[in-house]
Amino acid sequence: MFTTRRDAAAATVAVTVEGRTVLVPHGASAAAALLVAGIGATRDTPVSGAPRAPYCLMGVCFDCLAEIDGVPNRQSCMVAVRPGMRIARQRGRRRAGPA
Amino acid sequence: MTAELAVVGAGPAGMAAAVLAAELGLAVTVLDEQDLPGGQIYRAVERAAPDSPLGADYLAGRDLVAAFRASGAAYLPGAAVWHIDPDGTVSFGRDGRGAALRARHILLAAGALERPVPIPGWTLPGVMTAGAAQILLKSADLVPEGRTVLAGQGPLLYLVAAQLAAAGAPPAALLDTAPAGNRRAAARLAGAALAGWRSLARGLRLLAAPGLAGIPLRRGVRGLRAVGRGRVEAVAWDGGELACDLLLLHEGVIPDTQIGRALQLAHAWDAAQWCWRPVLDEWGGTSLANVSVAGDGGGIAGAAAAVLSGRLAALAAAHRLGRIDAAERDRRAAPIRSALARERAFRPFLEALTRPPRSVLAPPQDDVIVCRCEEVTAGMIRRAARLGAQGPNQAKAFTRCGMGPCQGRLCGPVVAALMAETLGRPIAEIGAYRPRAPYKPVTVAMLAELAG
Repeated sequence: MFTTRRDAAAATVAVTVEGRTVLVPHGASAAAALLVAGIGATRDTPVSGAPRAPYCLMGVCFDCLAEIDGVPNRQSCMVAVRPGMRIARQRGRRRAGPA
Repeated sequence: MTAELAVVGAGPAGMAAAVLAAELGLAVTVLDEQDLPGGQIYRAVERAAPDSPLGADYLAGRDLVAAFRASGAAYLPGAAVWHIDPDGTVSFGRDGRGAALRARHILLAAGALERPVPIPGWTLPGVMTAGAAQILLKSADLVPEGRTVLAGQGPLLYLVAAQLAAAGAPPAALLDTAPAGNRRAAARLAGAALAGWRSLARGLRLLAAPGLAGIPLRRGVRGLRAVGRGRVEAVAWDGGELACDLLLLHEGVIPDTQIGRALQLAHAWDAAQWCWRPVLDEWGGTSLANVSVAGDGGGIAGAAAAVLSGRLAALAAAHRLGRIDAAERDRRAAPIRSALARERAFRPFLEALTRPPRSVLAPPQDDVIVCRCEEVTAGMIRRAARLGAQGPNQAKAFTRCGMGPCQGRLCGPVVAALMAETLGRPIAEIGAYRPRAPYKPVTVAMLAELAG
């Protein structure tokens, strides 16, 4: 859905989004990585299972909730990417205890 | 950890306050959620290229950020404040750990957030705020792929359109939803606005920008809705439709009052800006003696005014903590007040020009989602009001609106407007959600660290 603008430095930070390697620019958030990966919906809601994706990107709306390095329900717009970060869709509500 | 002055937020107001307070000898600590100083307006400006498509007004923020870096104020980036006790204890999470800071005075400089735009389909993937696209451009040099449509109104919408065009990703269209009456109402206020002519000129230049960049502009758009299955595929309005891959909405900004309302600071309904704002004295002082507010979090007035109100709050804090006497405080404040009056002079004109349409404040369709977190619709809020809920806090108990992770940040203004309309009472009487800690997600481990 988003890509590096022309004339900008090449994206160099390698992360995985839903198991696929994606290169994102330095300074990007995990939410930005989800948008660069172009996976459409980045979570489904706990209430109805409706598809959602990041909306505000400034920590207000919580629609960018994602699983980051195995930790569910992170506000992905508030987490800067690091090389090797694993980012995955948030599926519904978090389950307590072992799956 | 202790500080004489704790500043929450490293945008223009927080940075300017920290610079002056440190200069006056206060031990200052600034906590900010982002990794770099600048707030949303100057986000990542230190990393911006000199030929950035974001423009000169953005790059001008580098001076303030540099002054802040050199100020000697302690700076805690990546800090999410989740509780403030009235005694001055600021609890926050940082790098996955819990910590607390005890401060003699607290300045809230939390800034603004974009007003919710509850139209049909606004929860679809591919519908975002205009500010979100700007954040991607500022922080990571990212631009939208495919067809982008911007819809709404206000200076930021036009600014983002121009910036996307400059960045090589011109929007397919800009749909302006400002009601026709706005221009007439604004024209009556134009005389007073001339006192702030610099800001006025900047605003008018923005409004002309899409035409210059060749972006198709449609005015008087009504009945806006996002259409698609599983993601946005088109934007429709009364009398038209456009295919799009990304719809960016914007209907102005409102103060972020979450922390202040949790602290139960006195707030007042601002009918001109259609939002709640804290009740402040001429120094940014609140109903708590040890808490002040500066910048857009105290009422929308823009970045230049935020810098000035931050400086006034710093002077007041330095006086309260015994660093300067009242005479010096007042002497230093005089030129700041004059500049602030000039900055604010054009706000009534801009507010009248960009007043949101009624349908954005209280969506007429019963099936529009109002609370995105709990998926509560406008119809459910109206029904709760008819069943006897008297305000947002009761509607929350009736419907779960505002009970999700965003804690009512987005639905609050809409729920209040819908209840006011249904009950036939002014919003000022209807009230607002009472937010509670934690303001931001906190793990059990962080709490345990505080105890240990």
